[in-house]
Amino acid sequence: MDWVTDFWIPVIKAIVVVLALLVGGAYMTWGERKLCARFQVRYGPNRAGPFGILQPLADAVKAIFKEEIVPHHVDKAIYLMSPGISFAAVLITFAVIPFGPQIDLLGRQIGLWIGDLQVGLLYLLAIAGLGSYGIVLGGWSSNNKYSLLGALRATAQMISYELPMGLALLSVVVLAGTLNLNRIVDFQGQWPLIVWQPLGFLIFFIAILAESNRSPFDLPETENELISGFMTEYGGIKFALYFIAEYTAMVVNSAIVATLFLGGWKWPAVLSNLHPLAGVALFLAKVLVVLFLYVWVRASCPRVRYDKFMRFCWKFLMPLAWVNLAVTAVIVALI
Amino acid sequence: MLSDYHFIGVFVLVAIAFPFLALGIAWLLRPKKPNPVKTAIYECGLETIGDAWVRFRAQYYIYALIFVAFDVEAVFLFPWAVAYHRVGLWALAEVFLFLGILTIGLVYAWRKGALRWQ
Repeated sequence: MDWVTDFWIPVIKAIVVVLALLVGGAYMTWGERKLCARFQVRYGPNRAGPFGILQPLADAVKAIFKEEIVPHHVDKAIYLMSPGISFAAVLITFAVIPFGPQIDLLGRQIGLWIGDLQVGLLYLLAIAGLGSYGIVLGGWSSNNKYSLLGALRATAQMISYELPMGLALLSVVVLAGTLNLNRIVDFQGQWPLIVWQPLGFLIFFIAILAESNRSPFDLPETENELISGFMTEYGGIKFALYFIAEYTAMVVNSAIVATLFLGGWKWPAVLSNLHPLAGVALFLAKVLVVLFLYVWVRASCPRVRYDKFMRFCWKFLMPLAWVNLAVTAVIVALI
Repeated sequence: MLSDYHFIGVFVLVAIAFPFLALGIAWLLRPKKPNPVKTAIYECGLETIGDAWVRFRAQYYIYALIFVAFDVEAVFLFPWAVAYHRVGLWALAEVFLFLGILTIGLVYAWRKGALRWQ
């Protein structure tokens, strides 16, 4: 009997988390359209349901019933697989993020995380790197010049910005002394890490904007020069998968920022001690704040030119992250 | 008892199944009436000339090469960062030496123009 529950609890947990991420990603598309509209003094989607809240559902139904078009020059197997790779990689990233404390459910202790790995942070970095495969393979297999250019840009920018991202994370690890995300959240019981690492937070946030190809760094999919870049040849559900992968990536990245820099579900402890679910609510609130930042940046900043963008990474952001790490290490050694 | 790696394994399977389930459902439901014009490669109103699978500029490759060097550096720094509270000042000096050598590498690439996008 016992192995049955041992088996089913992780399965149910996995399905619930995947569905939650899916809904989160879908509603992020709605939230962004709505917020962007407000920034530009428009209404945004407001036809499907009150305040347009059924819009993601309508979009999903539309995408599923769209006609299948596979251009005749593509590398078919890779072309069909790539959106799936993109989306799956985003979902898998979430596996180590703790989104709440351990709770008592039907007489069992259930931790509100999928897996509590000792090398959680390394896992995050490794899986986040996988996401670029979906984009690169998709752009290359489309056999379209716009797609190829988009894919190449995506690769170059994703690997470049992984470096400052890793260095910003190293400063966090130096302070917390662990790679385990639950321990890092515990470490932030008193103060969130953004207090000690404001620069690290800024570097990390810029890096994840570039990693998830978000404006102002959305060069792989610039509409006016590359016509959606790596997605040019994709339509229907395949396009929808790419699209939702990008928005789910925003949700997951926000969850990572909330966990590493904003104190996860724990800070402030006064609130999270009230009730186990208060911790979850706290975590969600932080995720929403970071998501709002994402949209705010998009609504405010014009797109950066590609050469300036790469120069910014290699000649400014990376040395800055280096200095930040060195200063952090020295201060920790002195205290 | 199952370890956390098993839980993540289960999660990975579910996460991979999901997008392919979506593709499968759409494949069952949608119409499929291709014709040569529909399946042509997209271009701005013209016929595409040649493949896209051609040689492209080497700058991307150079970035990839530099990336590998500095990414390996990050891999070396992670164990140091985890054990930092225990290994003390001597390790700090060693890491500064290590970072110094890497900085020379970055300065070299910079001076050689590898980071310039023409």
